[in-house]
Amino acid sequence: MSPTTDLDVREGVDRETVETVANMGSYKYGWDTEIEMEYAPKGINEDIVRLISQRNEEPEWMLDWRLKAFRRWQQMSLPKWAMLDIPEIDFQDQYYYARPKSMAEKPKSLDEVDPKLLATYEKLGIPLKEQMILAGVEGAEETPADARKVAVDAVFDSVSVGTTFKAELAKAGIIFCPISEAIREHPELVQKYLGSVVPQGDNFYSALNSAVFSDGSFVYIPPGVRSPMELSTYFRINAENTGQFERTLIIADKGSYVSYLEGCTAPKRDTAQLHAAVVEIVILEDAEVKYSTVQNWFPGDEDGKGGIYNFVTKRADCREDRAKVMWTQVETGSAITWKYPSCILRGDESQGEFYSIAIANNRQQADTGTKMLHLGKNTRSRIVSKGISAGRAQNTYRGRVAIHPKATHSRNYTQCDSLLIGDKCGAHTVPYIEVKNASSRVEHEATTSKVDDDQLFYCRQRGIGEEEAIALIVNGFAKEVLQALPMEFAMEAQSLVAISLEGSVG
Amino acid sequence: MLKINNLHAKLEDEDKQILKGVTLEVPAGEVHAIMGPNGSGKSTTSYVLSGRDGYEVTEGSATLNGQDLLEMEPEERAAAGLFLAFQYPVEIPGVGNMTFLRTAANAQRKARGEDELSAGEFLKLVREKAKTLNIDAEMLKRPVNVGFSGGEKKRNEILQMALLEPKMCVLDETDSGLDVDAMRLVADGVNALRSPDRAFLVITHYQRLLDHIQPDVVHIMADGRIVKTGGPDLALEVEKNGYADILAEVG
Repeated sequence: MSPTTDLDVREGVDRETVETVANMGSYKYGWDTEIEMEYAPKGINEDIVRLISQRNEEPEWMLDWRLKAFRRWQQMSLPKWAMLDIPEIDFQDQYYYARPKSMAEKPKSLDEVDPKLLATYEKLGIPLKEQMILAGVEGAEETPADARKVAVDAVFDSVSVGTTFKAELAKAGIIFCPISEAIREHPELVQKYLGSVVPQGDNFYSALNSAVFSDGSFVYIPPGVRSPMELSTYFRINAENTGQFERTLIIADKGSYVSYLEGCTAPKRDTAQLHAAVVEIVILEDAEVKYSTVQNWFPGDEDGKGGIYNFVTKRADCREDRAKVMWTQVETGSAITWKYPSCILRGDESQGEFYSIAIANNRQQADTGTKMLHLGKNTRSRIVSKGISAGRAQNTYRGRVAIHPKATHSRNYTQCDSLLIGDKCGAHTVPYIEVKNASSRVEHEATTSKVDDDQLFYCRQRGIGEEEAIALIVNGFAKEVLQALPMEFAMEAQSLVAISLEGSVG
Repeated sequence: MLKINNLHAKLEDEDKQILKGVTLEVPAGEVHAIMGPNGSGKSTTSYVLSGRDGYEVTEGSATLNGQDLLEMEPEERAAAGLFLAFQYPVEIPGVGNMTFLRTAANAQRKARGEDELSAGEFLKLVREKAKTLNIDAEMLKRPVNVGFSGGEKKRNEILQMALLEPKMCVLDETDSGLDVDAMRLVADGVNALRSPDRAFLVITHYQRLLDHIQPDVVHIMADGRIVKTGGPDLALEVEKNGYADILAEVG
């Protein structure tokens, strides 16, 4: 690549940031859609679990699996070890199932799709071509979109309203569909892998999710197949007092490759809302999965009122030799974030990477990081975490690197940087490191810095406004992680960095 | 161009008066130098003009082409055409020099109601300026000032000046920490930017920079005031006899 194009490409990304920053506002996805919804009664009990299972027309084994999880959950207690101040959550004061009435039967054409659903996706900035398909129009996927293809599964509250490019992906043998559909259509795959990475009783929230998850995405990439496009899921919580419990299961068979993206938004509400998702990834021999998240749930207002409580269990199992996984996350939203995308490096020479940007502003709290569990020989892991705290926020990196006695000649490199904006926020780093053999090596580097007045003044003297300057400096700080994201996501992430830090100075 | 009248300023946190009535006028097309001993208020003058936090103006005024500088935010002063070449240019890790320059240039253009430059236009402009100033384009790809040598940092300041095309350039001890060759490169850059509609205020401790950047007027500053004003030979006098004689003369 010639120097010119290289610079042009970088400039393209940065220009986007600059423009967005220029039009910066507060949380821009905070509006809601007035749409007729169908709710299950409030609260959680075995009847609710049965009702969700019945709505999804699930086979008996699935209901049994849910009930087992529910009984397990009832015996569990909330985890308290995170550096989070969590207000008491009344689990009986939530709706566990909500779907737009118009989705009771899948619309067959554009005319049948609820225009409000269409408008919702348009407003969220999903391209029109995708939008038509997103809103659940059958047949629209025959026409390819102009831009680079990204297949989307859109989850609105408790249900998937549509999945794009299904037919084209099917030609390559790839299954990409709502998990509710996979349970009906591909029971052998779901039964084999569901709960195999994150068992039902793994933790309080995974047990709850296993009992009441209503939808989510399912991906299967057959042996030797490289997905011809990026796959993505877009989660939208719309209904009030409703928790979203989605479940994602990705299986990358031998020698396959897929890049998967996940985006999330929710309306501004005074009351906090619960989100407890589980993502399981199974990676077989020589396969590779890249999983990127831009999490932009409503973070609550300046005083910490409302916002999403985000309790998520994400785990990838590099089950066979030379399997590879890369997690990249940009966490800007949520009032509370409790999330540790992890890698089980079971196969010999398997690799796990974790790149993270976590921003906490105002009263947001984030306790996030990763676990790298080295079980196979010659396994490698890399952790790059960039935490940014502003306002009165508390931001904790919590990471565990464990190297098993049999995981000889394994390596981990961890880099953990914290950036503080203002003097009322906090940054914490909690690394747990266990190495049980003598041939492995672990490196950990950590820094804490402040956006200093000299940097700000330097930018401003050159004509760059204060908020834009902060965004520029923070994007520079987080550059290594931003570069790990797919191009379109990198742009969105850069803009988000700017927006979520709005009001952090002055 | 720049009019400073009876400017008084103190540190915000302490009751320490630093500027005690600076009066100065730099017309378009001219190069003025401010010389003076350590602690005389030279750098403070540049900070107060550009709006750095930590100083409080207690009296007096400063205008740029009739616009009240002291009423404006630092970025507004920049857009109005004021440029400060820093004594210690600041490092911004992870932010490409090119990105920084373009963000700055477009922010200023936007503030002035002008069209922003596209990536292509900007790249062309930067290449052109870098070439005239004898600056390696490689420097544009690196993060702002990170790992730059002292000379590179100062040349980067001059490159920024060339790109932003300010009306009034203030150079704060640009010669500090430079060897003779680096100083000559910087001075050549400044000389290349001299024009009838641009003015310079060169703050320096030593006369040597003024061998390369020929000033029209030299001001001597002491204890927060301009105590003497003269032609280029005033700088030579300082070089020869030090500040003591002049200070004794003005009391």
